[in-house]
Amino acid sequence: MTTLETAAKPEGLRRIAIDPVSRVEGHGKVTILLDDQRKVHQVRLHIVEFRGFERFIQGRPYWEVPVMVQRLCGICPVSHHLAAAKALDLVVGAKTLTPTADRVRRLMHYGQILQSHALHFFHLASPDLLFGFGSAPAKRNVVGVAAAQPELARQGVLLRKFGQEVIRVTAGKRVHGTGAVPGGVNKHVTRAERDELKAALSQVLEWARAGVQLISRLHLANRHLYDTFGTAKSNLLSLVGARGALELYDGTLRARDPDGKILFDGLDCQQYRSRIAEEVKSWSYMKFPYLSALGPEAGWYKVGPLARVQNCDVITTPLAEAERAAFRDAFDGAITHAPLAYHWARLIELLHAAELIARLLDDDALSEGPLTATGPRRAEGVGVIEAPRGTLIHHYKVAPDDLVTMCNLIVSTTHNNTAMNEVIREVARAELDGREPTEALLNHVEVAIRAFDPCLSCATHALGQMPLLVDLVDAQGLLVKQLRRDSP
Amino acid sequence: MTHGTFELDGREVPFSPGQTILQAALAASVYIPHLCYHPEFKPHGSCKVCTVKVNGRPMSSCTTPAQEGQQVESNTPEINEARRTLVQFLFVEGNHFCPSCEQSGRCTLQATGYALGMTNPQFNPLFPNRPVDASHPDILLDFNRCILCELCVRASGEVDGKSVFALSGRGITKHLIVNAESGKLGDTELSVGDKAVEVCPVGVILRKRKGFDEPIGRRRYDIAAIDEFAAAAPKGGTP
Repeated sequence: MTTLETAAKPEGLRRIAIDPVSRVEGHGKVTILLDDQRKVHQVRLHIVEFRGFERFIQGRPYWEVPVMVQRLCGICPVSHHLAAAKALDLVVGAKTLTPTADRVRRLMHYGQILQSHALHFFHLASPDLLFGFGSAPAKRNVVGVAAAQPELARQGVLLRKFGQEVIRVTAGKRVHGTGAVPGGVNKHVTRAERDELKAALSQVLEWARAGVQLISRLHLANRHLYDTFGTAKSNLLSLVGARGALELYDGTLRARDPDGKILFDGLDCQQYRSRIAEEVKSWSYMKFPYLSALGPEAGWYKVGPLARVQNCDVITTPLAEAERAAFRDAFDGAITHAPLAYHWARLIELLHAAELIARLLDDDALSEGPLTATGPRRAEGVGVIEAPRGTLIHHYKVAPDDLVTMCNLIVSTTHNNTAMNEVIREVARAELDGREPTEALLNHVEVAIRAFDPCLSCATHALGQMPLLVDLVDAQGLLVKQLRRDSP
Repeated sequence: MTHGTFELDGREVPFSPGQTILQAALAASVYIPHLCYHPEFKPHGSCKVCTVKVNGRPMSSCTTPAQEGQQVESNTPEINEARRTLVQFLFVEGNHFCPSCEQSGRCTLQATGYALGMTNPQFNPLFPNRPVDASHPDILLDFNRCILCELCVRASGEVDGKSVFALSGRGITKHLIVNAESGKLGDTELSVGDKAVEVCPVGVILRKRKGFDEPIGRRRYDIAAIDEFAAAAPKGGTP
């Protein structure tokens, strides 16, 4: 890691806060410490909100969990809903789901990926990419995009709407549905619902393809900026499927080092703790996961589209695979760590999700067959899914009386915590050092964070896990009392 | 056998001997909001949500006998405001988190809140600490959602003959208890087929491992609002 995490002598330094970071999900702030010569000494992304799901889920009945934990998020509730359901499938003994449950859940998930990626690119990220990082703030927003490029904005809105309709027919409603239950799902998708979605498919696929073309054009047209802005090398982590294929719903864990060498592969998700550890720091409510074999200094990693598209060996749908090949060729087959390449990878995934939805809508198992499966009860389960923002881990223990006794969530954005911090330090060093920090320059820091599409509200679920130090100081500045709570 | 008629919000409603105002209204497909009333049990008059004005005086319609020529007001802004306030009290006295409750969409309290136009809890929640009782192998007790309607108390005593439930304490400390030395449901004879399990209008007495088995759109009050059920219900009213 770089040295800008903690200033050697913070006293007397000038503090600049970007509060709140805008056009991201949830609430966070960035603090930057500068000296008199405007040299940057410290840069931190702080997560300032506090949720507590890991604790208050304890003592609740397990069948309530997939519906309760999805309230972590209003953008990707389906991801939490499905990760929890997957973990609890194992608790109710449903090691293999029925074909109907598998298809309905996958369809729900791909709808989620599509709508979330569309939201991020068209609503949140595109203003920076279309108008420039330092363009007028009044224009640099989705309303500005709608005014300048109404057709593009319309496509973004309608792509998102399609994804939400997919969620509605599988989960019962567009946000916070109830479709996945431990052991399966609670409904079929009717043929009429499938036909309605199919009618929109050709348009959705066309817009998804156009989206990839747009971002690749933007990237290649400004190659130096896109390749170097905020670039910080790290390891990569994601699920992969059979034969190393890109897999968003169910697979095994694979990690690569910054140069693409595989660190581990085929890791059973139930064993995630054998490879991943978490560090806590006093200045953020978000934990800092790392690959335990490498330690916190070298073991941090990226998750999400940029990690997934480069971690896999192939994509199983033809249009997205062709785009993956173009992406890989653009970087001469090497791993890119450019945060702005996240956008390109994200839109490849959006196209992949659209293709998977098209494929699934022809599957009659969506509309007929048993909904749930059961088997011998177990006391524990881990559910891992690739949420839009990256690998999402839900881990529960359930007592024989059906109440949850332990819950551990490692949320996508949490995996990217160190990566985001390192990237904004790179940006601060390159863009801010020695210069007067204007709004336009500070937006560069936000652009780097936005590339990860962080969901800060999802990532701050821990309660009672963080170390806390309170100093009580008298009027003369003398320490009167110190209260301390260490992390367990 | 019609015994006579009374006037309910300007409409003539017939009644039979022994019927209460609420029973006669429901038999005539007129909805009067109610929570502790159930057609299979003796009226109780405790929740006061069914309050109407009888000849100008507030009365519980579930316990007031229908009489010839009564002038009854029910669906008025003043009375509905009072009913809404009562329902809001119930929401803040317990822990009612509809978004993650498996009874959402099939809960009488929630449906009554909707029927009364309740859009927020209005009062500060008390957030009482009420741990669940999961000691029974097939039934979960979630005290957080109890509205003290005593339907389970009446069903367990009058129909099941087991007297598993009772209320204890007074005023704001009144709460549901289990009649067992340990106080645990697992030490009672309650079984899933009991009337007491079926009759809970909220999410307190739950069959375990059922959860969200019913998809959104097919739950009782997704199909029709509670007042529409009353209008279509067989004589005697909605449970």
